[in-house]
Amino acid sequence: MTNIKHHLNDALLISYAAGNLPEAFGLVVATHVSMCDDCRVRLEAFEAVGGAMLSGTSGDSATSEMEVDLDATLALIAQDPVDRKAPIRIKPGLFPTALQDYVGGDLDAVKWRPVGMGVRQAILPTSKDASVRLLHIPAGCAVPDHGHRGTELTLVLQGAFRDEFDRFGPGDLEIATEEDEHTPVAEAGVDCICLAATDAPLKFRGIIQRIAQPFLRI
Amino acid sequence: SAKEQEDLRMVECVLLIRDAQDKAAFAELFRHFAPRVKAFLIKSGSDASLAEECAQDVMATLWRKSHLFDPTRASVSTWVFTIARNRRIDMLRKQRRPEPDELTWGPESEPDAAEVLEFQQESTRLVQALSELPEKQRVLIQKAYFGDLSHSEIADQTGLPLGTIKSRIRLALEKLRHTMK
Ligand SMILES: [Zn+2]
Ligand SMILES: [Zn+2]
Repeated sequence: MTNIKHHLNDALLISYAAGNLPEAFGLVVATHVSMCDDCRVRLEAFEAVGGAMLSGTSGDSATSEMEVDLDATLALIAQDPVDRKAPIRIKPGLFPTALQDYVGGDLDAVKWRPVGMGVRQAILPTSKDASVRLLHIPAGCAVPDHGHRGTELTLVLQGAFRDEFDRFGPGDLEIATEEDEHTPVAEAGVDCICLAATDAPLKFRGIIQRIAQPFLRI
Repeated sequence: SAKEQEDLRMVECVLLIRDAQDKAAFAELFRHFAPRVKAFLIKSGSDASLAEECAQDVMATLWRKSHLFDPTRASVSTWVFTIARNRRIDMLRKQRRPEPDELTWGPESEPDAAEVLEFQQESTRLVQALSELPEKQRVLIQKAYFGDLSHSEIADQTGLPLGTIKSRIRLALEKLRHTMK
């Protein structure tokens, strides 16, 4: 996709390259990278840094004292010499393969639940340190006005939304942190489908929404 | 340079394993990488026995997946690093790792030797450039990769010297996108 204007930042790509990102954020990163060659290049460069760190550890005593059992490893290989897993096929559809694996299919397989004001969501199963959901926002509708307690990543898969600051179309990623408060509104035309991850509950401003929050698991 | 020769030899070893199931080449690769992988796992919080088990598993994976190594897109140390990282998420953190859609060479296409050489030389230069960074910055990067620095603790402007390796990776990807059409 060539029209992507809002990308992953270095910090997210490094954490993902290093394997330190919560699974929910990892899914958003993997989905964006599947759609964006710019970020794929940056990710592979950050993986190269990981390789360089591994390769550069020759001098330190911690490494030279390490011994690993070669014969035991050869025995493991003899038991099972070839990788029999079928190579991962790219599945056609709106969703990249990683996302389809969490949904159990493409857009038509999503089990939506209403969260009010026409907005629907589907929470995807990940480790508990962060959460990720698909959001379906009817064209022209707003996502409730809210601030954030942690980091929120919102990746557009279809349609587009605007908030006070910018416009986000397919493939674009919005990164919101503690300081940001915004009201995203889906553009007229096609309904907006987003993948949104957060490492803390959002704080809604309206009192009704605040009461409802635990039930909605937003 | 000596480091460059060593890095190219590691590529050769992977290809020898792939094409001839060469155990001597594997032993050479093993002596180089197994202690580094184990040290990496211990630095990132594993105890010694789990690190041993995990390191053996990572090294066995190199053998089993040698046909998937693409020397125009990664150095052997980068490839080993990604395998070790995935194993660490699996065994230590007990999480799934969502992966981007794979872009791989078809099994029949053999990468161009000149491209392999250029990419590998660039990877060696990256190791060199990183070792020349100011101590403070290098420690921070080490923490980000081997420790558990969270994404919000990592400054967005990392100042990593990634210019030419990025353009090499971009070239390789563009070729790949082209051959997939
Ligand atoms: Zn991007
Ligand atoms: Zn938000």
